Amino acid sequence: MRLKLKNLQETQLLGRILGELAVAGDIICLEGDLGAGKTTLTQALALGLGVEEDNYVTSPSFAILQEYEGRAPLYHFDFYRLGDSAEVEEQGFSEYFFAGGVCVIEWPQAAEASLPPERLTLTLIIDMDIPIEEDGENNSRIAQVEGTLKEKDFLKIFQQRLDIVSISYI
Amino acid sequence: MLTLAIESSCDDTAAAVMNDNRLLASLRSGQEDIHSRFGGVVPELASREHLRAVQPLTEATLQEAGVSLADIELIAATRGPGLVGSLLVGFSFAKSISYVTGIPFVCVDHLAGHILSAFLNETGPDFPCVSLTVSGGTSAIYLAESFTRFRCLGRTRDDAAGEAFDKVAKLLGLPYPGGPQVSKLATEGNPAAFKFPRSWLGDSFDFSFSGLKTSVLNRVNRFRQKGEEVPVNDICASFEAAVVEVLTVKTLKAALKNEVKDITIGGGVSANLALRESLARECTKNGIKFHAPQLAFCTDNAAMIALAGQHQFAENGACENLLDTDVYSRSPLGQ
Repeated sequence: MRLKLKNLQETQLLGRILGELAVAGDIICLEGDLGAGKTTLTQALALGLGVEEDNYVTSPSFAILQEYEGRAPLYHFDFYRLGDSAEVEEQGFSEYFFAGGVCVIEWPQAAEASLPPERLTLTLIIDMDIPIEEDGENNSRIAQVEGTLKEKDFLKIFQQRLDIVSISYI
Repeated sequence: MLTLAIESSCDDTAAAVMNDNRLLASLRSGQEDIHSRFGGVVPELASREHLRAVQPLTEATLQEAGVSLADIELIAATRGPGLVGSLLVGFSFAKSISYVTGIPFVCVDHLAGHILSAFLNETGPDFPCVSLTVSGGTSAIYLAESFTRFRCLGRTRDDAAGEAFDKVAKLLGLPYPGGPQVSKLATEGNPAAFKFPRSWLGDSFDFSFSGLKTSVLNRVNRFRQKGEEVPVNDICASFEAAVVEVLTVKTLKAALKNEVKDITIGGGVSANLALRESLARECTKNGIKFHAPQLAFCTDNAAMIALAGQHQFAENGACENLLDTDVYSRSPLGQ
């Protein structure tokens, strides 16, 4: 499924919806270049999951893992700097995938071999076809969604929620 | 009090020996040559390197200080925040020495070390003071009331300042470590070439650098879309100007609001020359004394851990449950 996110607000709406639908045990992999909006989406997802607003969801790039208390615990990873699955295992990060929380994983490639097959992969793509004006912004993104969450009718409910907030498909 | 301190929260293993206010030795094992091959800090590599370095480095530090382990009266080690695998190496090593020798042990928060690093100068600040702590993992403003009491006035809501430098370096295709490289190229560029956004967040002392990073990305992509060469030096200079202005204005405001007479900085980004100059200039204008640590004490070091550890021991005594005390990745002081 490919979605068109016209602006930052729509990226946040998508995150919020995923956070509201997520339950303990869900794995969400986030792919996309630097500045594509992975941390922005995770911040909105955290709100949807019930993480307190003043418990800032900051970039995990330095610490690799940040934990937050929500309806279920939120484990926010950034594996950019890890080499391969052996490192994910040795550092004990893979235990979190089965620890009863919601895992959001940025740059998940290094964890590929350790990740459970049932997961959602969301790729945020900067829409380079839109010309950027002088001092202008291009916060338009294409979101590619693959896989599923634990929710039984995930795809159906997800589409209903997207329709309510008028996020369009490509 | 003769103190041995060990620090291993991220890149470097560091050890120091201090006797009250007198620093006898402070050594560091740089690891950037290893990390640069991987485009970032690789934690597992980091912990392996710490493991290899910690014992010889400690011995070399004791030797340089001209003391032996038997003379040491206090052992201090960084408990967090940082990479758990890396922290564990220095912390466990220090704990075991304490356990075997019976020398009292104190845990030190890495951020407390950075907050206090300007006190390693010959003339330190007076309390209370406002301290800006800026590094790859942290951006925060503290009100330091004593050597052991710190109140977080504001912190980052997304990226740390040092991280913003590293990410801008990455999107410009500069080699690791990117932050210092951005600062270096900035000196050749025009800081007014581009007006990048400053995120003020109202009256809050919090920071946000994520929007700035995106704005730089948009600017770079615009040049790439048009097939034009990216003016890297001007981008670096304009980006640095935006970060420096926000850090300076908020720190000054925090000092004026809390009616303190001294401002200090600490952390890796406090080595940034533009930031030091900007803060020094604004402090002079406002009748505030500005204290920047020596460059060697901006980045991670064990001297600041020794200093913080001594004061913590004087105030609260030694760590009681030595074997049950573990490291933490997130600081209670706020990140």
